[in-house]
Amino acid sequence: MGDVILTMKGIDKSFPGVHALDHVDLEVRKGEVHALMGENGAGKSTLMKVLTGIYKKDEGTITYEGKEVEFSNPREAQDAGIVIVHQELNMMGHLTVAQNIFIGREIMKGKLIDDRKMNEEAKKLFDRLGIDIDPTETMSRLTVGKQQMCEIAKAISHDAKVIIFDEPSAALTEAEIEELFKIIRDLREKQLGIVYISHRMDEIKVITDRVTVMRDGGYVGTLITEDCTKDDIINMMVGRVIYEEPKTESAVAPDAPVVLKVEHLNAGRMVRDVSFELRKGEILGFSGLMGAGRTETARALFGADPKDSGDVYINGKKVDIKKPQDAVRNGIGYLSEDRKRYGIVVDKTIAENSTMASLERFMKGIFIDKKKENEAAQEYVDALNTKTPGVDQLVVNLSGGNQQKVVIAKWLVRNCDILIFDEPTRGIDVGAKSEIYTLMNKLAAEGKSIIMISSEMTEILRMSDRIVVMCEGKKTGELGIEEATQEKIMHAATLRN
Amino acid sequence: MTDKKKGNAFTNNPLVRAVGVQKIVVLLVLILLIVFFCAMSPSFRKYSTVLSILDYTYYLAFLGMGVTFCLITGGVDLSIGTGMFCYAIIGGYLITHMGMPVIVGILVTLGCGLIMGTVNGLIVSRGGHAPFLATLCTMMIVRGLGAIATNSTSVTWPAANVANGWTRKIFKITIGDTKFPLGLVWVILLAILLSLLLNRTKAGRYIIAIGSNKEAARLSGVNVANYQMLAYIICGLMTGLAGLAYSSAFQSMAPSGGGGIELNAIGGAIIGGTSMSGGSGSIAGTILGVFIMSVLQTGLPFIGIQANYQQIIIGLVLIVAVYIDVLKNKRLA
Repeated sequence: MGDVILTMKGIDKSFPGVHALDHVDLEVRKGEVHALMGENGAGKSTLMKVLTGIYKKDEGTITYEGKEVEFSNPREAQDAGIVIVHQELNMMGHLTVAQNIFIGREIMKGKLIDDRKMNEEAKKLFDRLGIDIDPTETMSRLTVGKQQMCEIAKAISHDAKVIIFDEPSAALTEAEIEELFKIIRDLREKQLGIVYISHRMDEIKVITDRVTVMRDGGYVGTLITEDCTKDDIINMMVGRVIYEEPKTESAVAPDAPVVLKVEHLNAGRMVRDVSFELRKGEILGFSGLMGAGRTETARALFGADPKDSGDVYINGKKVDIKKPQDAVRNGIGYLSEDRKRYGIVVDKTIAENSTMASLERFMKGIFIDKKKENEAAQEYVDALNTKTPGVDQLVVNLSGGNQQKVVIAKWLVRNCDILIFDEPTRGIDVGAKSEIYTLMNKLAAEGKSIIMISSEMTEILRMSDRIVVMCEGKKTGELGIEEATQEKIMHAATLRN
Repeated sequence: MTDKKKGNAFTNNPLVRAVGVQKIVVLLVLILLIVFFCAMSPSFRKYSTVLSILDYTYYLAFLGMGVTFCLITGGVDLSIGTGMFCYAIIGGYLITHMGMPVIVGILVTLGCGLIMGTVNGLIVSRGGHAPFLATLCTMMIVRGLGAIATNSTSVTWPAANVANGWTRKIFKITIGDTKFPLGLVWVILLAILLSLLLNRTKAGRYIIAIGSNKEAARLSGVNVANYQMLAYIICGLMTGLAGLAYSSAFQSMAPSGGGGIELNAIGGAIIGGTSMSGGSGSIAGTILGVFIMSVLQTGLPFIGIQANYQQIIIGLVLIVAVYIDVLKNKRLA
């Protein structure tokens, strides 16, 4: 670690109704990877937004390269050498890779854009980073992982001295994460200061030098990563120890009936001849690398995307699911991996979201019985321990974990017996995560059957009674929890046939 | 999270929160406008002006309420202005040129609206066309249809003093020597009815949900296409009703007329707080917004601003209204 390049001291920021940052400190040195950790809503993103000038701070000082600075917009911060690689990709899908990287500062030849030169420059940049991407490729044709690499390359091309990675690994496969870490280590060698925001505890230990922990908008402390344990960090984040023990035996009775049977399901390139069974009270884990076709399988099963062929049986009876309505009518609920886009209506209330799939039960004549609706919503706010001042709260005001609970409530109100949880804890903080786990176990114990798609190995091993592994659209393995190990799952997940 | 109160004393007032800040502001602007015109022009301060404002308000209110449903789904219906003329002309032609009973004319006018609303709904919900383009196309179609059906003749519905003129009394009844704006009663009744439909029924809830997040609604098992279509059907029917209101308030209607009126109605809805990007809006807001449009339209000539300048002013008002909508959306994002 070298000299201090960036110091944020006593940063304070309030929004109407929220004290988002309460005198937070952060120090980044040259040649270090500095983890910024905290539950969702702890203020990490807000702090970074204050740093890059998206928000104006109320109090405190930012010292960068020995001078006090205050950027008024991200562009200024960028010009000074501070860039963010966002969690959500900010790419223009219709443009090429090189056009994206040089957007806003195109290389010109007279009055015209010099695409050839930009392609060359992009190529040089990729070579330097050891990334293999064709700069002339259309952005939308790249995998999410590759798009992320482009985003990083773009950041670096700004001559950055400080790079902030906001949950960069959330959408990456294991192999891509390795590649990312190689790049980050390389940047560290080059004496850049790196801020690394992530929820994945394992990564923190692997890649970072120091950890700063925030909680509820406040500064908790900074530790040397080497000298602390996972539990130390988690303790600082939530004030309690969470044990992530894998499940060792199935909780499903051996004679539990099969509630859902899928046979030879085909849907496009991503779902090819997939068959599996789901038993009553079972949590069936779907594991695999990014792009394995798990979400596509779930969506085809649910009728969200058209399927080419295949049969679905519910409680032994063949059903024809052509659209989500059919699935819902047959008691299947789907919790999408992308809550904001597919799961909830953010600018509506908890009550309205909760009854969305079962409004007909809340009618008084032709009118909606708001009282009954509120009561049902309140019942599940209580049952799921959703943190909110009331059911008339807009969902947009809730944290990720609580939004997820609203989606779960929607399907529980509907009384669905088969629930598909697609990445149920993505982007959710550690505390809320463990609550979602408890909830899923409780639902399974009550006789609900759950399909859980997850990209986190620990989650799969902790929650599943049985595990289906997919690779490139095909089912490549099925393991009982008793025999499942990381190695076996990874082996099946990379079985390309 | 600390729980500080949001906003200021005004926005925290429970009454203000229930009604909505925008509606209160719009109401204040409306009052200011009226006060302004009254102060500027003595001839504006007459009962006849009130009647004339209301004549403009009826059809705009019907159009505005109808299109509010389309806007809330995240769509729009541009065919309503031309459509209103087309349907009323066809209905009126049957009465005045074919000698059919007035009731047939009324039913045909409403029926045409219903049919074209269904057509718009089908194209948008099943065909997946962008509402803007789809309804721009049907606007062209109804413009042609109106002219063909009536042989390109202008049509005037029977005047109040002839035997068949009772349709005019639906909106303006004369008792003794005084004219009473009966239409206001219908506007208020319909506004209440449609408000209930929008806020208290399943259909309304789904229409809002679709505009707010179409995919989430679909994955919740909502039949998105049907409810999207319903919004256009409501809009079509209201357009037919607007045709009746227009024909009973004004004189001759020329086929292929009515273009541009849709923007006044859409503008009224947006001024009243309905979002162009869908997901939010209210009937009460639309009514207030429509009043702003009709007061402007009636009032501007009184202070000597001529038609061409009126257009510019109304255009500017709309830009401001849309800008407010953009700001609101930014806050949500």
